[in-house]
Amino acid sequence: MSKTTVKQKKEGLFSRKYLRYLLDPINDINPITVQVLGICSALAVTVKLEPAVVMAIAVTAVTAFSNLTISLLRNTIPHRIRMIVQLVVISSLVILVDQILKAFAYDVSKQLSVFVGLIITNCIIMGRLEAFAMGNKPWPSLLDGIGNGLGYGAVLIIVAFLRELFGSGTVFDIPVIPQALYELGYVNNGLMLLPPAALITVGVIIWIHRWLNPKLIDVS
Amino acid sequence: MLEMINIAIKTIFIENMVFAFFLGMCSYLAISKNFNAAFGLGLAVIVVELVTIPLNWFLKTYFLEPGALAWLHPSFSAVDLSFLTFLVFIATIASSVQLVEMVVERFFPALYTALGIFLPLITVNCAILGGSLFMDERDYSFGESVFFALGAGIGWFLAIVLFAAVRQKVRYSNVVKPLRGLGLAFIITALLGIAFMGFAGIKL
Repeated sequence: MSKTTVKQKKEGLFSRKYLRYLLDPINDINPITVQVLGICSALAVTVKLEPAVVMAIAVTAVTAFSNLTISLLRNTIPHRIRMIVQLVVISSLVILVDQILKAFAYDVSKQLSVFVGLIITNCIIMGRLEAFAMGNKPWPSLLDGIGNGLGYGAVLIIVAFLRELFGSGTVFDIPVIPQALYELGYVNNGLMLLPPAALITVGVIIWIHRWLNPKLIDVS
Repeated sequence: MLEMINIAIKTIFIENMVFAFFLGMCSYLAISKNFNAAFGLGLAVIVVELVTIPLNWFLKTYFLEPGALAWLHPSFSAVDLSFLTFLVFIATIASSVQLVEMVVERFFPALYTALGIFLPLITVNCAILGGSLFMDERDYSFGESVFFALGAGIGWFLAIVLFAAVRQKVRYSNVVKPLRGLGLAFIITALLGIAFMGFAGIKL
C-alpha cells in the first residue's frame, strides 16, 4: 500500500504527458476524422476560408473553457442532471461568442448564420465533456479542450482551403489562380461550392489520413 | 394552406436538413449501421421536431422577441431578451427529449431498447436545435413553423433510412482498406446529396 502512495514527482505544466493531451487530438484521435464528432458545422462553414477560421477559433474557445468549467465543477454536479448542467455552461459560452462576433465581425457572423448557435450541439464539446472533463483535473481538461479544438480547426481549414481554391480560385478572397490559366480554358469547379463537395473532400481526407496512419483503419 | 404544404415539401426535398445543411450528421453516421435502429431514430426525430419547434415558437413570440413581453405589462415592451434565445431553446429541447424518452420507455419498450443510448443524444442532434434556429431566423408564423417542423423531421427520417439501406449493401462489397467505414460513408452521403440536388429544379 505504502508503495502506491509514494509522492509522485511534481510535473511541469508542459511535461510530456500533458503535451500529449494537447497533441493527440490533432492526429491520432482527431475529433472529425477519428472520433466522428462535430461533423455538421465542419461541412457547412467551409465554402470559404474566412468563416472557417473564425469558426475554428470560436469552437476552440468554447471547448477549452467548457472543459475547464465542467472540470472545476465535476465533483459537485449530480450525475442525473449533468447533461442540463453541461448544456447551460456550453450555451452561456456560445452566447458570449455570438455577441462578440456580432460586435466585432458582423459580416462573418451573418455568413455563419445559425451555425454559431449550433456550436452548442456540436458533439465535440459534449463528447469531450463526457469523456474527459468529467473525470480529469482542470489543467489537463483545458489542454484537451484546446487540442480538440485545434484538431477540429485543422480539418476545417484544410477543407475550406481546398474548396475555396478549386471552387472560386481564391484564398482568403485573394485570387491565386493566374489569369493566363483561365485564358487557356481553365474553369472553376462550381461543384466544390455545393454541399456534396464538402462531404467528398472530408471523405478523401479521411481516406488519406487512414492510409498514412494504418492503425486507424476500421476492422469491420 | 398551399403555401404551408410548400414549406413542408421544400424542407423535405430541396433544403433537406442532412444533404443541404449537414445537420444531425453525428447521429446520422453513428446509427445508420443498423436499418431498424435508423428507422426508430428517424421516427423519434420527427416527434421531437414536432414538439420542440412549435414550443420554441411560443417562447420566442411571447418571451424572447424585442417587445414580446408587452402582454405582461405595457412597461415591458422595451425589453429585448433575444440574447437568451440559445439558452431557452436548448433547455426546451433537453426537457422535451427527456419527456419523449419517458413516454417511449413506458409505451414502446422494444423501441426503447433498440434506441438505447441514442435517445438522449437527440438533445445534441443539431437537426433539432437547427430547426428551431431556422424557425427563428426565417420568422415563420405558427402554422408555418408546424409544417416546417414536419418537413424537417420527415426529411431527416428519409435521409437516414436511405443511407442505412445503402450502407447495409455496402457491407458486402470489397472496398479499399483505408476508405472502409467512415470514409466511404461520407462519399455515399455526398452521392445521395447530389441526387437530392435534382429536386432543386422543382418550382414551388
